This record gives sequence, structure tokens and C-alpha cells, in this order.
Amino acid sequence: MVQILEFEREIFALETQIHDLVSMSHMYDSVGDITHEIAKLKKKLRRMKYEVYSNLKGWDKTLVARHPDRPYTLDYLNLIFEDFFELHGDRHGGYGPSIVAGLAKFDGRSVMVVGHQKGRETKEKIRRNFGMSQPAGYRKALRLMRMAEKFNIPVITFIDTPGAYPGVDAEEKGQSEAIATNMFSIIQLKIPIICVVIGEGGSGGALAIGIGDHIMMFEHSVYSVISPEGCASILWGDKGKTSQAADALCITANDLLKFKVIDEIIREPLGGAHRNHKQAAIRLKKSLRKNLDRLTQVPLGELTQLREKKFREMGKVIEEGT
Amino acid sequence: MSWIDKIKAGIGGKKTAKDEDLWAECKKCKEQIYIAELEINLKVCPHCDYHFRLETRQRIHQLIDQESFEEHDQNLTASDPLKFRDTKKYKDRIKSSAKKGLSSDAVITGSGTIEGLPIELCVFDFSFMGGSMGSVVGEKITRAIERAMENKSALIIASSSGGARMQEGIFSLMQMAKTSSALSKLSEQKIPYISILTDPTMGGVSASFSMLGDIILAEPGALIGFAGPRVIEQTIKQKLPDGFQTAEFLLDHGLIDNVVHRKDLKSTLAQLLKMLKNNPTEESEEPTLTKPPELLGA
Repeated sequence: MVQILEFEREIFALETQIHDLVSMSHMYDSVGDITHEIAKLKKKLRRMKYEVYSNLKGWDKTLVARHPDRPYTLDYLNLIFEDFFELHGDRHGGYGPSIVAGLAKFDGRSVMVVGHQKGRETKEKIRRNFGMSQPAGYRKALRLMRMAEKFNIPVITFIDTPGAYPGVDAEEKGQSEAIATNMFSIIQLKIPIICVVIGEGGSGGALAIGIGDHIMMFEHSVYSVISPEGCASILWGDKGKTSQAADALCITANDLLKFKVIDEIIREPLGGAHRNHKQAAIRLKKSLRKNLDRLTQVPLGELTQLREKKFREMGKVIEEGT
Repeated sequence: MSWIDKIKAGIGGKKTAKDEDLWAECKKCKEQIYIAELEINLKVCPHCDYHFRLETRQRIHQLIDQESFEEHDQNLTASDPLKFRDTKKYKDRIKSSAKKGLSSDAVITGSGTIEGLPIELCVFDFSFMGGSMGSVVGEKITRAIERAMENKSALIIASSSGGARMQEGIFSLMQMAKTSSALSKLSEQKIPYISILTDPTMGGVSASFSMLGDIILAEPGALIGFAGPRVIEQTIKQKLPDGFQTAEFLLDHGLIDNVVHRKDLKSTLAQLLKMLKNNPTEESEEPTLTKPPELLGA
């Protein structure tokens, strides 16, 4: 069943109306020629979608980013990569199903793809732990990114997680250590790394595969230090304040581009990536190709220096009278 | 009431409201402890060894050589990049915290010596917005790491933090990347970094520099973890086991090197730092001894 978000209701009502008119005109000759009316309604629909989707606020975007029909890592792997061969395990007793990784062909060249994976059906959702990775997932990611460095293969990461898994076993196996070690190690990898937030960029769990040379976000994805719900319950003491919290946290792609935390926004098809996987994938492909071409030209020593500099400059402080 | 009467009243009879200044109750064994005694005992309960939280200045005083501390970057203060406001403005929270405490943000950094060995020290101030890491904390720690590289002195960070400072949104998250990246360079230069985890070390602080020490030590009983116990309980909908996320739990699970009693912390640091610099590397100009010094005719 299609899940309809609150602000999409009008859009869907109009879409249904158009659909009904079209089928009626096919079924009954007595309806006469209504192509003109239909064209008018379609134009109205486009305008409506444009208006709704260009005015989404933080919380609305969070809902879009979490939409069950939104394309996941494996969807993009199917749509714009070839010969994907999945590689499993952290080699230290962990499987890490919330992150998929492996070698693939992109535009004729080998790449290492690493991305969070949420499930679409209930069983798959549970198997993927809703995209909340255990330490093993991050360790697998690092293992394969190191391998990519060894064979001079660029890395592409897809970020889509509510956060690193908060569970007893995750703590026992060193969730903190896994995330910290990834950042510590990935910053030095002598290979181009492109990171794309495709859905939810959930805090440390996102950052663990979020260090790279070029960071992109899909237009309606979000990236935040804490979920709006978590923030609302801690700071407002009221879970109902999610919308305020989302606004206050500045989690949209536009916010992050303005803050220079990300480098590029990938525009989504009208009505959001969840309504048109193929179009979203085509746009992603274009951005990936452009940036891979550019980054593979940069000498590797310079690349890591630029990467370090990029993260060194993040943050805003006031420095008085030096 | 004279001071001796106050003590007597505390020992025997009922206590008056004023006694709060003189007596503290141990959170673990619930014993009443005379505060002066508690202070002499480094704020460790003399009955059950419960480690009370230390104030930042006390921590610095306990860790390094007397009067060797030179503070840096105290002129850095938080900007408010998101113009954040919940029930209170972030700016006002900063102001009231700064007024109460001794520092301008949640960490104090500086240079000093431990038994004569030069170090760069960072000590968290949990009383400042729960020791949370925003841009100022990230910047001060990064600068301390850079100073350690410049001065070739070891780095010591004593953490005590609830995690990232959400009032700075994505900027606070990026401090994890910034500090970890700087530590990566420090490590490349083979400069030792000892991380001390004190109660509590959680979230984004635990998931970045705190867990990246060449050696990681923790104080007994300290709460250390990625997710807060309440969040975990809500997620798994079960009661958490006793002792979960304590320093001892982390030791049992192979996540830290050792748990060290506060009274032994300074001497342990000194011992470790000396041993870490014991063997000069090939490039080092220090002469390598092939015979015991007494046979070299020194």
C-alpha cells in the first residue's frame, strides 16, 4: 500500500481525479474529448507538487527522508551500478546486516559502494535492524574501504540511518570505538571518497561512513546530531514538539549547504525521490560521475590534505582579543 | 555553634540544614562523610571507594605537577550558529553556565608536566552544560592535539560529558570528525595519547576522541557508553543488567585498558608516559645504551 504523507493528501486527491478522468474518457465515448481538461489538471498538479515540495520544513523533510518507498542503497545499486558483488562481514565475528558493501561497476570503472540499508518488508526491516548498525557494520565498512584504498578503487557511501543501534550487545561490542575508529581511519585513506545522504543522516551512525572528499545530500534528506523526537523530549520535555525541534536543529540540505558542512545538493524529481526512483537515480548518477571524474584527477596526497582541512574548519567559535 | 559542635552534631544527633556544608552522603553506600575528609581523600568515599565527580580545577591539580599548568584558549567562547532556542535561548544557557563555573565552556585545556614530563592536558567540566561538546570544545581539543604535535608532548584528555551539544546541531556532530581527524595525525607522529574516562563519558564524546587513546583508562564505577541507559531501555524494552556501562563492564568486554583508582591516577600516567618514551626509534638522536650506565664510565 502506498503511504501518503499529510502534506501529500491534496496531491493524491488530484492525481486520483486525473486518473479517473482518463479512464472514464477511455471507457465511455459519451464523455467526449476532455484531453484539454486533463491537460489543465495535470498542469495544476505539477504546480501543486512544486509548491508543496519547495516549501517543506525540517519535520516534513524528516518524514519524506523516512518514507518507506524512498530509494535505499540497494535500489540505487540496482539502478545505476552494474555487476554489484556484495562482500560480507567484519572478519572479527560480526556480520553487520544494516550496512551493505561491495564492489561494483559505475560508468565502466570499479568502485566500492558502502551504504546503510533499511528493509522494506517487515521481515527485511528486522533483518536490517531498521538501518541501525551494530559495530560490526561499521567495522565491515572500514575493512572494505581499506581494501579499496589498497587497490586504488574510489569509494561511494550512501547514508540512510536513524542512528547507530542503541542496544546492550552494541555497547558490549564497542559501538563508540567502532564509530570513532572509522572517522580516525577514513580521514587518512588515500582514495577518493564521495558520501551521499540519501535519506536519514542520523548522528554518529551516519558520520561513521560520512567522512569523505565530497559530501552530497538529496534535496529532501536530513542530517542531524539527534532526531527531532529525541531533541524534543530532552530539551522541551515534550515529544509533541518535534516540529519545533526539527526547525531549531537546522537539518535540511539547504541548511547544511549554507553551513558548508556539505558540498552539493542533488535535486529530487518533483514530488520527491520516493515517487520516482529512476529519475532520482539518474540525477545521482550525473553528480557521482562529475565528482568521480574530478576527484580521481587530484593527487592522493593532496586529496587527504584537503579532506583534513575540510573537517578541520568545521565549527563556529568566537575568539576574543588574541 | 562552634565547628567542633557541628562535627559532634553530625556524628551523633540530628543534623540541621546547615550541616549540608559539612557533610556529604555517599551516593553508593549512603554513609555520611565529613567533607573535609572527603576532600583529603580526593573525593573518594573512604568507606566504599565510590568516586565522586571532581571539579575541573581539582582534577587538574590532582593530575599534574604543582603550578605547572598553563591554560590555553580560554578566550574561545560559543557562538550561536543556529540561533537555537528551546524553552530557553542557547545564548542564555551559555551565559548562566559561564557565570556559575570557572570556565568559558565545557573543557579546560593547557600545558603542564607530570613528574617533569611535558604534557598537553584537556579536562572536561561536567557542570558546564553537562560537559557537552560544541564547537568550542571541539576547537580547544583540536588545538591541544596540534600543540602536542608542535611541542612533541604527550596528550592527556580526561573526559566527562553527556555527548554532543545539540544546541549547535550539525556543528556539534562535526566536532567528532574534527577531533578524530586531528588524533589521526597525532598518531602518525607517534606521540602518545592517554584517554581517561571519568563519570560520565557518553555519546559523541565517547564515540570520538575518548575511545581513541593509545591507552584508555577509566575511573572505578564511571558510566561510559554510546547510548544513554534510558534510550537503550526504551529501545529494547527490558531492564538493563546490573553494572551495565560501568568502567568495570567495559574492562570485562575488552574495551578499555584498565580501571585505575583516583589516588593512583597520576603515578600511573607518569609510569606509562615514561615507558612509552623508553625506546628511542631509529630516527631519534638520543644515544642507545648497549651496556648498563655504570659500565659506560659515566
